[in-house]
Amino acid sequence: MPPIADIQDTRRFLPGTTAALLAALLAAPLTATAPVAASAQDGGTGDTPAAETTEATEATETTDAYTAIQQALIMAEPGAVIELGPGRYELSDGLSLNVDDVTIKGAGMDKTILSFRGQETGAEGLLVESSGVTLMDFAVEDAKGDAIKVIGADGITFLRVRAEWTNGPDALNGAYGLYPVACKNVLIDGAVARGASDAGIYVGQSDNIIVRNSLAEYNVAGIEIENSYVADVYDNVARHNTGGILVFDLPGLPQQGGHSVRVFNNTVIDNDTPNFAPAGNIVGGVPMGTGVMVMANSKVEVFKNRIANNATTGVLIVAYPNEYEDEKYYPYPEGISVYDNSFENIGFAPDNEIGELIASISGTPVPDIVWDGNVPFWHYLAGIPENRGIYVGENAGSADDGSASFMDLDVIPFFTLSWFHSPSTDLPDHAGGVDALPGATLPADQEEKARTL
Amino acid sequence: MTAPIAICRKILAAALIAAASAAPQMAAAGVDSAAIQSGTPLKTLSAYGFFDDVPAHSPADRVLPYDLITPLFTDYAEKLRFVYVPEGKTAAYNPDEVFDLPVGSALIKTFTYPADMARPGEDLRHVETRVLARTDKGWRAYPYVWNAEMTDAVLSPLGAKLDVSWQTVSGATRTISYAVPNMNQCRSCHVKGLGRDRETTPIGPEAKHLNHDFAYADGVTNQLVKWRQAGLLTGGPDNPADAPRLARWDDPDAGLTERARAYLDINCAHCHAPDGPAHTSGLYLDSRETDPAHLGVYKRPVAAGRGSGGHDFSIDPGSPATSIIPYRMNSTDPGIMMPELGRTTIHDEGVALIRDWIAAMDE
Repeated sequence: MPPIADIQDTRRFLPGTTAALLAALLAAPLTATAPVAASAQDGGTGDTPAAETTEATEATETTDAYTAIQQALIMAEPGAVIELGPGRYELSDGLSLNVDDVTIKGAGMDKTILSFRGQETGAEGLLVESSGVTLMDFAVEDAKGDAIKVIGADGITFLRVRAEWTNGPDALNGAYGLYPVACKNVLIDGAVARGASDAGIYVGQSDNIIVRNSLAEYNVAGIEIENSYVADVYDNVARHNTGGILVFDLPGLPQQGGHSVRVFNNTVIDNDTPNFAPAGNIVGGVPMGTGVMVMANSKVEVFKNRIANNATTGVLIVAYPNEYEDEKYYPYPEGISVYDNSFENIGFAPDNEIGELIASISGTPVPDIVWDGNVPFWHYLAGIPENRGIYVGENAGSADDGSASFMDLDVIPFFTLSWFHSPSTDLPDHAGGVDALPGATLPADQEEKARTL
Repeated sequence: MTAPIAICRKILAAALIAAASAAPQMAAAGVDSAAIQSGTPLKTLSAYGFFDDVPAHSPADRVLPYDLITPLFTDYAEKLRFVYVPEGKTAAYNPDEVFDLPVGSALIKTFTYPADMARPGEDLRHVETRVLARTDKGWRAYPYVWNAEMTDAVLSPLGAKLDVSWQTVSGATRTISYAVPNMNQCRSCHVKGLGRDRETTPIGPEAKHLNHDFAYADGVTNQLVKWRQAGLLTGGPDNPADAPRLARWDDPDAGLTERARAYLDINCAHCHAPDGPAHTSGLYLDSRETDPAHLGVYKRPVAAGRGSGGHDFSIDPGSPATSIIPYRMNSTDPGIMMPELGRTTIHDEGVALIRDWIAAMDE
């Protein structure tokens, strides 16, 4: 552990502006910042804790990893870079940061590991309650609750961060891996999330979001965007989850009416992990082998994804299925476009009661793209207003002509007026589709930092 | 004999202690309001001058003891609470919110354990004192941990873990690993708002929590009346019966709903509020909340993870066994328990109250 003066020095070298921070990093890397050495613990990772360990041991003979890191987080001044050397840090308690514009930087997501296997207190591994924070190049393993929760931040960047429960899928694992909620300007880039009992990467009730170049596997939901506005999810791999990529809107929350989400250029394959969510959680209903699922959102574009080997269906578009008491909530998906995707080997073994219900209408294999057909009753009678329907076009898949197969399940009459029930494989009559969304744009300095750090 | 306390985790306060102002530790010289206002925490509790006799907590001028009708549960600790308002300043009465105490004010709360719970208030072993200081830059929270000699408490920004033992009412010895929160954790419960607009605020000194009689050294008086008499507060109704008042959670004469709502209010509502850290759950537990769904009735969990306990609703009316709220109250697993911080034991009596309340609800 370096003397605290070093941390205070960061204020001199890094007065809180991005330019100064970058300059200082380039000119005087690491030394001017505040490295926190790993305690001398056997990580089993092949990494030897860095040389600072000796210094740390001398400075504070009984300092445990929690105390050393939490001290650095509390003492940090805005603009500080807190370095976590390589090694495995066994943490007894949850860590928290509430200083703005701090960077927590490890030596790599497989080199600097914050392990919460022995966690005694704290509802998450790392809790960030401040804005402008960058988390980079470290891993959080085996948190008792969520791995990394960021609440209410304006500006949060995850770069090459890994959140994992190392025992694999298990209902006893924490709910979320990377969990920004009620945030604005969220960037998740190059992340890895494994084993979450809800969602590996979960962005909730947030605004202006990019999730890219990341890997989500062995979670219930790989990547989930919930009750959020303006999100781009692209160039990710979602595999071996129960469901690959979910775009949901739920009732009863301060921010709802989720909209303007683009899911593109992702690889959504082999989502073959049986649902292990604890009962009561909404994702507990997601059938194994759901590629992309859109529930109750409006304005969602799903395009240029490779969606393969998903046993229930490729893209599932549904209304919110439960009862709710929230007059402001709108439970129907509207303005959903699914185009230019490729589907292979879809719907061969539909899972759980939802999969069975779909298969009872569509037969097996289930089509590549399924819409429940659930619309407000006046839309059912008078037709769907322009730009508020479901648009499916130009996908490659399992239909005889090489396009993707589709079904509108028409579920309202299925349950209520079954003699009128007419599921349809025709592409929805929705002239011209929905206008393309502009997508998310992060503040220039946040993008610049992500490029250079 | 006092309860043994061992400090398990080395308390590191290096930087803040180094930075702390070297105020002379004079006794009985009045409260150092300038230090409170400055935003730099003092190294020791005694340095503030809140108490003429620090271990005994005998208050200095303009320092007034108080309590809450229904208090927050913290591992069965007893709490000694004091408010200080500087000379020449007052807070203005507000029926709906925590009193807006002026700059230079402080709230002081000592967590202490009687050696024998059958003899509350006697043979006390102080554990920690939390000072909430109204500085020029807003409220700041500072944890102080008592020394082994029990002569003073020392600033401990990183909190601490302490083995605390006491004899229960039934005569058994109970030992817990008491967690003194670090400065961030203090703030986690006291924060309101989002983004760069977050503010630290007090919890508790509000009309509805204060509005009952307190046994002062010079007699029993309603606290709202006393605060005005002492010159800490202006305004408010002349008759305390016209001010809001919550039930005492363990008052056998109060209604079950009133007791349960008071308990949830003080234990949960600082976080479970539209401007609190748990606002993203949509579960609001203020005693004035009227929307059953916000209160948890048939409300599905959002991000509870295994904290749901396999249950579908925060409150399943008539069925405490399938309701999430008592499930989370009845756990000490960090991934399940509520509140997230501030207790390492289960409040059996509190859980029983909430269970009874839910059981009595119409399905």
